Amino acid sequence: MTVATLTHPSLATIKGAFPSVAFLASEFRGQTTLVVPAARLHEVMRVLRDHPDCDFNFLVDVTAVDYLGYPAPVQARFAVVYCLLSHQHDRRLTVKVNLDPTLDTKGTAADPALEVESVTDLWPGAEWLEREVFDMFGIRFRGHPDLRRILLWRDFPAFPLRKDYPLRGRGEREHFQTLTRESR
Amino acid sequence: MGIESALPVDSILTTQLQRVVNWSRRSSVWPMPFATACCGIELMATACSRFDLARFGAEVMRFSPRQADLLIVAGRVSVKMLPVLQRIYMQMTEPKWVISMGACASTGGVFDTYAVVQGVDQFIPVDVYVPGCPPRPEMLIEAIMAIQRIIDNDAIPRDGEGARLPLNIAVQPNFEPRSQPVPVTVGTT
Ligand code: SF4
Repeated sequence: MTVATLTHPSLATIKGAFPSVAFLASEFRGQTTLVVPAARLHEVMRVLRDHPDCDFNFLVDVTAVDYLGYPAPVQARFAVVYCLLSHQHDRRLTVKVNLDPTLDTKGTAADPALEVESVTDLWPGAEWLEREVFDMFGIRFRGHPDLRRILLWRDFPAFPLRKDYPLRGRGEREHFQTLTRESR
Repeated sequence: MGIESALPVDSILTTQLQRVVNWSRRSSVWPMPFATACCGIELMATACSRFDLARFGAEVMRFSPRQADLLIVAGRVSVKMLPVLQRIYMQMTEPKWVISMGACASTGGVFDTYAVVQGVDQFIPVDVYVPGCPPRPEMLIEAIMAIQRIIDNDAIPRDGEGARLPLNIAVQPNFEPRSQPVPVTVGTT
């Protein structure tokens, strides 16, 4: 295995700001990913936004990955992915947080292990993005001002982008009243 | 109706009331466009000047279901949208007709997922199915004309108690596939 050359300048800044935290990082085709422990996410994100050498003023996207059935060894079942962009330095950075569920992932029960700090106070645009991650993966965001489902309806009985949810659903699309011409 | 001016001054026109009613109904099938996806674009093209739905008296798109006779479901219906569709259907007054336009509205199309209704006819009565992805405007016009023919002939199907039955018409594709490109070879073979 070749060791990746990690040349992204923000990595040194982050390592300097958090000397005791164990970070992981990787580079693939010029795109650098930084893996942050879930407990330290918010502090790291604040430095990434505010430190003049990082200056990631724009949160492009928040999304998540379910690694169930991934064909290679993985670090955890879920990862929350933040895509950052600095207009000042014309630079991008992907930040990942690994999460492992403690409950059965088939239901919608609130799993305390699937929870990260919300970044809505750093980038207000994260609000709907985090709601979508919650809606699709059931990952909750502490401190989010309004954590509701955003696309599916309130009582939807699953988190459908989890890989153990069947593509065709569990009957959600079939159970409706059927109208006839005489329906009132 | 303007017909008086076309007649000689002292003539009388006799007809059956039902025929006049049917004639006026089929000449003013006002659609309620329920366009949720790409089929809606083709529905708009049908109403525009090139295909000119006005030739069939059906150009008056009514966005209030209470003023419409014809519900055109154009596009995939997500599970979240289905209650809206059902409410719109219920708000329409009889006589009313329903066209399921395109593969998605009729069967779910390629969107065989948890979030898409696999055919609106499971949940509302559908009169005419228009195949295609999207159907050509001619096919939608044919669907409307199929309804017009039923109205004209007073041939609305009813069950024993007089309740209206869905027409259950499937429009047949009205185009022929053209020959496909073949490999080009240069020189003699
Ligand atoms: S049938 Fe085709 S054109 Fe019509 S809504 Fe579905 S995907 Fe779009």
